Amino acid sequence: MRSAASGPLRRRSVGVVEMPEFRDRARALVDSPALTYRQRVQALAGLAEESLDPPTVSAECAAALESGLVCDLAEGHAPYRPRYLLPDYARALDRGSEFLGLDAPTDLYEAIAFLLSMYSQVPSITGYPVYLGDVDRLLEPFAAGVDDDTLSRLIRLMWVTIDRSLPDAFTHANLGPDDSRVARAVLSLERELLQTVPNLTLRVDPRRTPDSLVLEAVRTVFACGKPHFVNHPMMTDDLGPDYGVVSCYNSLKVGGGSHTLVRLNLAQSATRHAGDVESYLATTLPEHVALTAELIAARIRALVQDARFFDHSWLVEEGLLSLDRFSAMFGVFGLAECTNTLTAAAGGAGTYGHDADATALGWRIVERLAELVARTPLPYCQGNDGVAFLHSQSGIDSDVGVTAGTRIPIGDEPPLLEHLLAVAPNHRHFASGVSDIIQFDDTATRNPQAVVDVIRGAMATGMRDVTFNLDSNDFIRITGYLVRKSDLAKLETTGLARHGSDVLAAGSVANSHVSDRAVKRVISAESAPRVSG
Amino acid sequence: MAAVDDAPVGLVADVVRFSWVDGPGNRFAVFLQGCNLDCLACHNPHTMPRRTPLARAVTVDQLLGEVRPLTPFLSGVTVSGGEATLQAPFVAAWFAAVRDEPTTARLTRLLDSNGCAEDATWDLLLPVTDGVMLDLKALDVATHRELTGLGNAQVLASLDRLVAARRLVEVRLLVVPGHNDSKAALRRTGDYLARHAPGVAVRVIGFRPHGVRAAARNIPAPTEAERAAYGAWVSESVGPQLVTVV
Repeated sequence: MRSAASGPLRRRSVGVVEMPEFRDRARALVDSPALTYRQRVQALAGLAEESLDPPTVSAECAAALESGLVCDLAEGHAPYRPRYLLPDYARALDRGSEFLGLDAPTDLYEAIAFLLSMYSQVPSITGYPVYLGDVDRLLEPFAAGVDDDTLSRLIRLMWVTIDRSLPDAFTHANLGPDDSRVARAVLSLERELLQTVPNLTLRVDPRRTPDSLVLEAVRTVFACGKPHFVNHPMMTDDLGPDYGVVSCYNSLKVGGGSHTLVRLNLAQSATRHAGDVESYLATTLPEHVALTAELIAARIRALVQDARFFDHSWLVEEGLLSLDRFSAMFGVFGLAECTNTLTAAAGGAGTYGHDADATALGWRIVERLAELVARTPLPYCQGNDGVAFLHSQSGIDSDVGVTAGTRIPIGDEPPLLEHLLAVAPNHRHFASGVSDIIQFDDTATRNPQAVVDVIRGAMATGMRDVTFNLDSNDFIRITGYLVRKSDLAKLETTGLARHGSDVLAAGSVANSHVSDRAVKRVISAESAPRVSG
Repeated sequence: MAAVDDAPVGLVADVVRFSWVDGPGNRFAVFLQGCNLDCLACHNPHTMPRRTPLARAVTVDQLLGEVRPLTPFLSGVTVSGGEATLQAPFVAAWFAAVRDEPTTARLTRLLDSNGCAEDATWDLLLPVTDGVMLDLKALDVATHRELTGLGNAQVLASLDRLVAARRLVEVRLLVVPGHNDSKAALRRTGDYLARHAPGVAVRVIGFRPHGVRAAARNIPAPTEAERAAYGAWVSESVGPQLVTVV
């Protein structure tokens, strides 16, 4: 394996679990009263992976990983499945599957059974499928001739089965941009079922998505914090017509996905820099981008060349995934702290999101990142012309004192309009997703059209992703996935969680004041209980 | 309002760029200075005097400059007060400008009024106004006088005129305990509205002491159950689908 950075290559052995520790930890997992059977199996698999050597990188890159400047989101030492994959469910429904031993479905009953079967055979970093497809478009052709009551009952069974059999809040379904009976049935059921699973996105195209559907979605947000809204025209410009939103706020190509997500801690990047803003942008930032890219490249090679995922996956064999629609995600977080550190070093007192100069510096850093990532070639990234997708990473439970992605720190957000105008210019650079969570209070519930107006305005202003959090319901959006406050309380008192993401969320709430931001049940198991997307 | 260099100038108490409580959707709300009623329960008493150094004089062009960049986020504009009709020439010029400028033309133009306005005032405003949200402080004249200092003949005449012109979009009933909160009064009001303004939405607003003058601070805010009762009494004639209680 070649390394992108200079310095001697070395096998990064720090963190590798040796046999005595392995036995102790395996025993602890096997005996753990707090884990369900399935959670034990997953944790044991994660432990086994940790006993292997991680992909080889340079000493500088290994040091950056150990210090936290670069973070692999605990994806595991030996990548053997892509982090996020988006099977082409439409093609599968159209052709049937030899692997699944299922013919192409002919009615709604068969179509739902087909999808539920297929979901159980789709891997991802979490062990559960992070993408369930654009379920309205997939099911609408089968819904013709099915009466409303039957349609609603079938989708209810599907939704309940997804929550109970794929209990992970990173499991994500898409709706829109066109209106449909299925989309309306899903939104209506969401308000009634109040499940955190699946996560949900409505793709909004101002020319195609009627206000009345967006209004239905807004009423659903009032009930359960879902869906998340994405700017469909902006997404199709960057990703083409076949894209999906997966896990939390990760937009990628259908039939493809992202091998890995490695993120650069911009807060730490800035504190390591000695000098002015210009030298940061000219020298320090490019060095840190190169270290991040080196780890991404090493992980991709391990997945594609060593574990040879694409040589033996049934999804690839049946044409439901293809390597040339894959890329990787280059994540960043801590822009707020980065900007504030550089501003203070230059004698300024302004802060990101509040002071025009500081906010503009934030935009400049993002622009520079986009430029650097766009000219850093990576292996097996044909899905984005050979480079990674830049991604504003929305945080993990262990982040302390560092703001998620390119957000304005929680509790410190300016008024709505100023908030939107401060963050919107960043959105065009993040083709694979960026989230800024908009907080609002009960007033909105009496005037849902106002929220529709804000969504349309935000998109017209260049926002790619729009997510709301309402102060008064049981749901809290942690970093991008949802949990129920009542489930968190239960985890605290009983130590038991049915959803893997509840465990992550408990850590996130305790460490990063998420509940200060607002309001907010389930596991969100991107890898072992340490990671979110 | 006086025109300076033929450009109407408005005396503005406040501008709320994103308001979620002054009509449907997200609205750019302009609160004009000066009122012709003296309401006991007014929650913005500082907007009552016709003249105050706290108000600012603004031109239509200035307001247009403020609203233009916000247009993608808005359903419309609302003018409130104070009493907006006291500055009718300015309001008419503002609404005409919003209608005539291509970037703002799709915004709806709503007016918040206590209804104390002459026919001539409505003649000026109605051609450029999409809808009026009208306060009816009390149906009973004596109660109206007790709550506002004036009778309500003009308010009821305005109500009829707005209905005839299809411009009445909402009637607001501020219910003040001890004054206009009796079952009989609210049923009568509901009955009146069902006959005079059929099909028009009614918003029943429970009094809240927040922001009111000293004289009204000891009036208790109605409980949620009391507010629900107000709504139910009004709904008997109007129909529950048209009544919102806040």
